[in-house]
Amino acid sequence: MSLLPLLGVLVVVLGFAARLNPLLVVMAAAIVSGLAGGLDFVGVISAFGKAFNDNRYVSVTWLVLPVIGALERGGLQERARDIIVRIRAASVFSILCLYLLIRQTAAALGLNSLGGQATMVRPLIAPMAEAAGEARLGPLSEQVHQDIRAQAAATENVGWFFGEDVFVAIGSVLLIKGFLQQNGIVVEPLRLAVWSIPTAILAFLIQASRMYLFDRRLAREPRIVPEGERA
Amino acid sequence: MIGIRAVYFFAGVVFAAVAVLSARDAINPKRWANACFWGLFALSFLAGDYLGDLANGLLVLAMVLIAGTIGLGIGKTATTTPQQREASARLYRNKLFVPALAIPIVTLVGSLTFRNIMLGGTPLFDPGQITLVSLGIGVIVALFLCRTLLKQKLPAAFQEGRKLMDLLGWASLLPQMLAALGAVFAISGVGQAVGGLAAQAIPGDSRFAAVAAYTVGMAAFTAIMGNAFAAFPVMTAGIGLPLIVTKFGGDPAIMTAIGMVSGFCGTLTTPMAANFNIVPAALLGLNDRYAVIKAQLPTAFLLLAANTVLMYALVFH
Repeated sequence: MSLLPLLGVLVVVLGFAARLNPLLVVMAAAIVSGLAGGLDFVGVISAFGKAFNDNRYVSVTWLVLPVIGALERGGLQERARDIIVRIRAASVFSILCLYLLIRQTAAALGLNSLGGQATMVRPLIAPMAEAAGEARLGPLSEQVHQDIRAQAAATENVGWFFGEDVFVAIGSVLLIKGFLQQNGIVVEPLRLAVWSIPTAILAFLIQASRMYLFDRRLAREPRIVPEGERA
Repeated sequence: MIGIRAVYFFAGVVFAAVAVLSARDAINPKRWANACFWGLFALSFLAGDYLGDLANGLLVLAMVLIAGTIGLGIGKTATTTPQQREASARLYRNKLFVPALAIPIVTLVGSLTFRNIMLGGTPLFDPGQITLVSLGIGVIVALFLCRTLLKQKLPAAFQEGRKLMDLLGWASLLPQMLAALGAVFAISGVGQAVGGLAAQAIPGDSRFAAVAAYTVGMAAFTAIMGNAFAAFPVMTAGIGLPLIVTKFGGDPAIMTAIGMVSGFCGTLTTPMAANFNIVPAALLGLNDRYAVIKAQLPTAFLLLAANTVLMYALVFH
């Protein structure tokens, strides 16, 4: 076993830490790792080209952007805010906690397409949480807006990751089953799904408590924002 | 049969439109960089299967050099003012949600039912790619609904789509680049090297140490690879099966179930999982590209600790 290919990992870690352009970092890491693993330069570029071509499905998600853009042009974010402002009980905590619950439950039932950073968080969940914060606390600074949006994105990820394994037919459960089978161990997918439930519950409790504390911290923030500072 | 090639063709046409719109945008000082970048992206989707591996590799290299050295600019699109959007929101009200919900609903229903549509004895849609095909159809349905319900015409949709893609910039290419990097890592033997190191590092006769080495190892290796699926076989073969199952008699189902979600804790912490952690920061216009990761770190560490305790408590029952 050679440790040389790990140089590629080192390139990634250093490059990302130095905040260099990530595309250059990834390309450099692939070249370093490939050369260290015994390929020549043309071989690395060809291997990368083949893998890039095979993974085009990853970028198919950008197809939703024209739809989201057209809806935002038509006032989708404004409509989402209008609805929230009229619900008195709405707060950053209640919006994000409810979304976490819905996202996680849907993922646990295998409804993974209900959600997404481009299709739900940017046009709906983030503006709703921001509007709830403003309705309750008055105008918020740009930094607070950014913090709320980052928490909305985090909530989407936590809900999805720790919901999907509770569904029996999801890729990760089938991967585990297949791997154990290769090693002579037969397990029912249902058992794997069931033993993902304790973690799913803990993930919900941890993330929901953090959102509660985040909301309380917002309420204590100084809120002296000059008129017109917000874009 | 309608399969993944049709979806790639559709994506190629959309990216080509973005390239043309970028080239015609005189206000963007880097309009030719944007046009070349999206033009190459379009070429990859339209002709990637005919170019050959080396040409595909050179195509990526060119995209990386354009975005990494010249840089991509942000164009100006003729869009609606905040006042117009308020007025439009009051006019269309909840109709605005219909196209937004059409995408997930069509994707979901399509994934479940489209495989049964037959045409002359063969399935109309490729059953192996049914989710992506359904997503493509969902987008077309949603664009049609935007046109009929909200009077948002196709050129306007493409302009607004370009605006969001400009906002993403280099982040638009990163997820696919990282998927390709994972493949190159696998060819070069990065997995075996990490697995070998991990196997050397574990202490011999403490049950808790074995469990902790497995859960923390899953999270750490996932953070390196950006993907728990890549970490799982290496860590489970290196630590999980020989120690927790064979030596200490742990339950393999409980071990692997909690091991996988320990890997997901690692996914929350790493820029290598770009589509979850870096792309949203760009999409939400956050100044700090690591803002989403920072928001997730406490959850990731608390949950990893909880998983370790949970596995220790449950696996040796």
